[in-house]
Amino acid sequence: MNSIVLTNSLRFIILLLLQVLLLNNINFLGYINPYLYVLFLILYPFNGNQTLFIFLSFLLGWGVDIFEDSGGINAAACLVAAYIRPALLRFSFGVSYDYQTIKFSSTQPGSRISYVVIMVLVHHFVLFLLEFFNFAHFLLLLKKTFFSALFTIILVFLTLALFNRKSTR
Amino acid sequence: MQQIINFLIRNKNNILFLLLLTFSLFLTIQSHSYQKSKFISSANFLSGGIYSWTSNINSYFNLEQYNLRLLEENERLRTRLASYEDTLNVKSFTDTSSFEASYIFRASEVINNNYAKVDNYLTLKSGARDGIERDMGVVTSRGIVGIVENVSPNYSTVISILNSNSRINAQLKKSNHFGSLVWNGEDPNVVQLTDVPSVAPIAEGDTIITGGRSLIFPKGLLIGYVKNYSLDQSESYYNIDVQLFNDMTNIGYVYIIENTQQAEIRALQDLSKDE
Repeated sequence: MNSIVLTNSLRFIILLLLQVLLLNNINFLGYINPYLYVLFLILYPFNGNQTLFIFLSFLLGWGVDIFEDSGGINAAACLVAAYIRPALLRFSFGVSYDYQTIKFSSTQPGSRISYVVIMVLVHHFVLFLLEFFNFAHFLLLLKKTFFSALFTIILVFLTLALFNRKSTR
Repeated sequence: MQQIINFLIRNKNNILFLLLLTFSLFLTIQSHSYQKSKFISSANFLSGGIYSWTSNINSYFNLEQYNLRLLEENERLRTRLASYEDTLNVKSFTDTSSFEASYIFRASEVINNNYAKVDNYLTLKSGARDGIERDMGVVTSRGIVGIVENVSPNYSTVISILNSNSRINAQLKKSNHFGSLVWNGEDPNVVQLTDVPSVAPIAEGDTIITGGRSLIFPKGLLIGYVKNYSLDQSESYYNIDVQLFNDMTNIGYVYIIENTQQAEIRALQDLSKDE
């Protein structure tokens, strides 16, 4: 139990610092940035306390916002992603989620990909919707969502591959 | 009563979600409205400290470029000084386009710079203790950067000209036709000058300078040159794309401009408004 708390706290801090100090400055092709801190939302224990999870997601998003001077856009995006996560888990992993026995590393690759992709897309869409704050640039919004999400998803899977040595099924 | 408590406990996730969402939307809306002091910004002790620590490391990589820029500026100032010495003998000489002594310049270092978002901000390594106040202009030797928004004792945040809320008075150098400088959120090195009347003589390559109608920037600071231009739908105003002289993606060191007569002028204008 304690090791789960410790891992998640460390992950929280490291992802926040990595995001604001390194990833926000990538600006690939001028405007594409990965938002890797969503990884915290993806990896949070599936059977963990949902109330605490919503609150932690909010804190993480708000932390990024404070550094970026962006008001509350990351906080809102994280909240929405955290709020829909139980429904998304049920959608992606089906019955096995209802028994609360699964771990992220022991799931089917197919359902794992759909879970990560939908999670990242939802987060990014809300994020950029609030950043633009109007529908005048809707195409630009979709473009930005798509490319940033692609970048994030690639980074998420690379990070998972890098840190999941011991849990080969 | 029991039922209310039960209801709250049963729906605690939904309630918490809605509560926090409202709060973050409130922060978002606040950040989209110009000229409102933010309740929390990156000019605070923790994030400011972390940013200045990393910019200490980053600044080494750009030293060569910053040196070149300083050399360039020195060259320009020396040329200007030389031309002043020539004219010192002429007693009636007045240069209307040069700065009055009412402006004080302070140097500072940029410790955080955004340019890829729609609303961009910078964080500077000087704050109230160095005499920085809200609504001071921020420039580099090559052009304008933005306007100071929030100030903490040691740090301050700046609304970049690459911000959809930023509107800065600017004009053509060769005539006095002026307009507002805004940004459409696309290219970080191209901003838009709108509301320039269609009678203004304009050509590609014309220089755009600050207009001096605001109390923030002195008149005549460089901004950029006309990249291309078109008439708006009513055909009475130009929309001009301005290529910035500044590289907004690599700023480094800046000057903060204080207008010492700002309070006096503002008080006078308020007086006239009341009547």
